[in-house]
Amino acid sequence: MTERILMDGNRATAEGAIAGGCRHFFGYPITPQSHIPEHMSKRMPEVGGVYLQAESEVAAINMCYGAAATGAKVMTSSSSPGVSLMQEGISYMYGAELPCVIVNMVRGGPGLGNIAAAQSDYWLSTRGGGHGDGQMITWAPWSVQECYDLTCEAFDLALKYRAPVSVLGDGILAQMMEPVVTREPLPVEYPKPEWSVGGPRNGRPKRVISSIYIAPEVLEDLNHRLYARYAQAAIEDLRFEEYGAEDPDILVCAYGISARVCQTAVDMVAAQGLKVRMFRPITLFPFPSAQIATWAERVKQVLVVELSMGQFVEDVRLSVEGRCPVQFSGHTGGVLHTPEEVAGILGQM
Amino acid sequence: MSTDTEIMNDAGLEPVYTLPESMERDIPMRYCPGCTHPLAHRLCAEVLEELGITDRTVLIASVGCSVFANEFFTVDGVQASHGRAPAVATGVKRVHPDNIVFTYQGDGDLASIGMAETIHAAARGEQITIVFLNNGVYGMTKGQMAPTTLIGQKTTTSPYGRSAEDTGYPIDVCALLATLPGVSYLARETLIAPKYVMRAKRALKKAFQYQIDGKGFGLVELLSICPAWWYMDSLQAFERMEAEVLPQYPLGTFVEK
Repeated sequence: MTERILMDGNRATAEGAIAGGCRHFFGYPITPQSHIPEHMSKRMPEVGGVYLQAESEVAAINMCYGAAATGAKVMTSSSSPGVSLMQEGISYMYGAELPCVIVNMVRGGPGLGNIAAAQSDYWLSTRGGGHGDGQMITWAPWSVQECYDLTCEAFDLALKYRAPVSVLGDGILAQMMEPVVTREPLPVEYPKPEWSVGGPRNGRPKRVISSIYIAPEVLEDLNHRLYARYAQAAIEDLRFEEYGAEDPDILVCAYGISARVCQTAVDMVAAQGLKVRMFRPITLFPFPSAQIATWAERVKQVLVVELSMGQFVEDVRLSVEGRCPVQFSGHTGGVLHTPEEVAGILGQM
Repeated sequence: MSTDTEIMNDAGLEPVYTLPESMERDIPMRYCPGCTHPLAHRLCAEVLEELGITDRTVLIASVGCSVFANEFFTVDGVQASHGRAPAVATGVKRVHPDNIVFTYQGDGDLASIGMAETIHAAARGEQITIVFLNNGVYGMTKGQMAPTTLIGQKTTTSPYGRSAEDTGYPIDVCALLATLPGVSYLARETLIAPKYVMRAKRALKKAFQYQIDGKGFGLVELLSICPAWWYMDSLQAFERMEAEVLPQYPLGTFVEK
């Protein structure tokens, strides 16, 4: 049975995870996402799952690593400084080819920064995940409904690619309330992957989960395997949305909460006769480069709006490849664009 | 494939010493000559076999000399990052409470970088077993000072001998953990002579039995030698253990609930 419920992005994320079959949550409190572990601590016992508060984000990601090694649908959630601490564990997940869902409700940085909304962990999520080759498949919701839906689907995505998946929100999405239409929950039981450790062995050979590959050729093979999966994800699991003029002069690129602001700005300038289209990647890694490149052939200019000093804009520029000028507008530290501000920039382009 | 026992039976011989089923055959040990890691491995394997838990055990290997521990056992395994084995073990155990989950960690891994994970797994009374090899140095990285290095001991990062003034004092892990109510079984043994080896095996067996019985967190510290980075042969290392290490780290059962 599905319902329509008013909830915040944190709760929607937690409920989406439960609907997606997640029954193991390991986390550590940090604002602005503490409502996720709080909600999980209440809900996991109700659905027969496991909630455990770790002693640190370092421990939390490693508990996830252990649970992921069994093939369980497991997740953790945190906010920027906490995700910095998880980088090592995420790298080991790349190396050991383990699925896990990692939610980051991004706050202002660097350092302790503040607890306001920011998008300055774009690199942390799409380029980071610790040392070595390997990147996190990253999904960025722009609404509370998408917090629910994307988190729900992220577990099967992680299992499909044997890879950690990042759901990249922000301090506003985490705490704002919107109606959410819930889904029929996915079955909790599913065939455990053929690589998973633990459980009854019933005479099968032993299995080992490890990220050690002493022979250089073998480690190179691993890295090729990881990037072949990312290439597959770029074809089979690339998500984006477009909005606005069909024959635009300007393409605005924005994701997450910034896209909400830009959507309003696109409407405002359309009333003034400007032809603007918004391109909103939902998948941030792999990046929808081909789609942006196609638009760059057709428009006169591209505007990138994000809540950082210029991280997402680099991927847009790499996609545009000089086909047209790319203008950037960033706020940071928790400062947001207003629709009027974005409309003003569009009006002057 | 024939077992050792079958081969010997076919030859009319009575087997008196064979590899436990929990140990891999024909896998060369990677440890230095004279090291006590292989002995500790064998004791764990014997205990797993004797308790009949080989097919439901998961070994969490750590970082350090025992980083390849999963190669030597026939049980399922997960290789953890440096110091995080108790957290990884927690993840496995919370998914599969019916599995027997144990970590195998050295003193750099457990008592330095992984101290938080160790203490909190113990405080939670996590249903896991930790086998803690303490030889007072970082072996794999070639003999640097560890949190358990004795005062005055020369290592590659304390070339003038460990000074309390500069680097503080060695950590007695068992004494520290004994204060935590979550700990159910806690013992320190050594491996320098047959009488000690027998004691160590009894302690390991008891620790695993605690987990089988669902009685909570158990840890066995095994004081080990490192001839390579103690700069002496094994016999000298055994003597040093008696003369210098045992007075600092007394053997015994610290907690038995």
